[in-house]
Amino acid sequence: MADKQFKSLFDIIGPVMIGPSSSHTAGAVRIGNMARHIFKELPDSVNIYLFESFAETYKGHGTNLALLGGLLGMSPDDERIQDAMLLANEKGIDYKFIPLADKVEHPNTARFVMRKGNKKMSVTGVSIGGGNAQITQIDDYDLVIQNGVSTIVTYHKDVPGVIAKVSVLLNEYNINIASMKLWRKQRGKDASMVIEVDQVPDDFDVNLLLRCEHMKHIIYVQGDDHGFD
Amino acid sequence: MDSIKALIEAAKDYESLAECAIDYEVQNSGMTKEQVLNKMKYQLDTMKRTVDQGVNGVRSKTGLTGMDAKKLHEYINTKDTLCDTTILNAVQNAIATNEVNAAMGLICATPTAGSAGVVPGVLTSLHERFNMSEKEQLDFLFVSAIFGYIIANNASISGAMGGCQAEIGSASAMASAACVCYRGGTPEMAAHALAITIKNLLGLVCDPVAGLVEVPCVKRNALGASLALVSADMALAGIKSKIDPDEVIETMYRVGQQMDASLKETGQGGLATTPSGLKYTEEIFGGNREGL
Repeated sequence: MADKQFKSLFDIIGPVMIGPSSSHTAGAVRIGNMARHIFKELPDSVNIYLFESFAETYKGHGTNLALLGGLLGMSPDDERIQDAMLLANEKGIDYKFIPLADKVEHPNTARFVMRKGNKKMSVTGVSIGGGNAQITQIDDYDLVIQNGVSTIVTYHKDVPGVIAKVSVLLNEYNINIASMKLWRKQRGKDASMVIEVDQVPDDFDVNLLLRCEHMKHIIYVQGDDHGFD
Repeated sequence: MDSIKALIEAAKDYESLAECAIDYEVQNSGMTKEQVLNKMKYQLDTMKRTVDQGVNGVRSKTGLTGMDAKKLHEYINTKDTLCDTTILNAVQNAIATNEVNAAMGLICATPTAGSAGVVPGVLTSLHERFNMSEKEQLDFLFVSAIFGYIIANNASISGAMGGCQAEIGSASAMASAACVCYRGGTPEMAAHALAITIKNLLGLVCDPVAGLVEVPCVKRNALGASLALVSADMALAGIKSKIDPDEVIETMYRVGQQMDASLKETGQGGLATTPSGLKYTEEIFGGNREGL
């Protein structure tokens, strides 16, 4: 069992959360939360596509409120989740919930398509049970970002030395790499790394990684999210 | 901690299974022991607040559930009940928790929100009966947690993935094992209680009416709590599961895989598609499920 889905006893006794469903409510909040971190700011507009079980039952479980609440920065125990639409309206966010009949890999799947000005990004997440969530796709990249685990995602050009430069920089800040996965679309073209890290010092600015040659974009999702317990 | 067998082996180096679980979390998370204990204390305090709230009476927005914990409370206190009050208080407190959950109140998922009533229900009932110390209550939760952790990583705790057996089954199994340890049983006995419980909830479908965590979830937590106590007594009496506990967990995984999607939290099978279930769906959502 090299790859445990559940990492902490508090994934089992916890989270402390607003009901009624850990996978449809709390997990959905965390998907929204991670989408916000990945987009880095509040979008002007967002289409939230819902698949399978999410598409069937989202209204009764408050999944829509939870996804939107998460996007607004709420945590799973935030009593304002019920008012998420109201708060989104106040902030002038144009949101739509769109249930789809498509079959996907995980039954509890949501895809955020966020826009702000010319910036557009698609983030897909799944709620894996017990209030835990993973991001499984950003734009066209398949990857896995677990909620609660600090994760750095790089987008760079597939040339020799990039991985070494990133590791050297992380080493300078005494950041321990827990796991690292690498993708590339095509040799010499776009590539991406997903790096799970243990501890990140407060003064570390993840954008320092942009100084590495051939680095195009960095995403950082902080672990241990938002005082959920 | 990959299996029940590995857990029992690891526990030999500790004073108790609970201490083994606490140390595992300390090693795994990088938190100090004090932080781990404080975090669990917060979960425990939340559980107790939720139970109190539910016993006082809550209603869900849909009106499908609510006020039954209060009803049972009055019954226990005024009538000559069939079951003993340890079981009935566990049932009452499990219902209370899930009624608060259905009403979008604050709960502690154990292991999920839909199954949040079983472990706190059983624990608060034992506390009322035996006046447990805070350490004993926290130990109860750590033992529940470590067994749930093994189930979660080898089978599932998600109704959408494994059916209700993965939720109420896991929760009840966790509570059974914790009861056994609290009452002085060995880790092996706790594992047998866990196995006996899962065996009796194996194949339990997740068929929420109108797709909501209300019917039949609230009452299944109630019965899961009673089953946890009965299995624990059986194991404490020395009764063993003839099927190895790890194999029972593996079976739960396999059965979950074999179950049709309509029986896994889609609201498209089981009780959800009975005439009564469809009538509630229609009342709550209208023909096109718009509303609420």
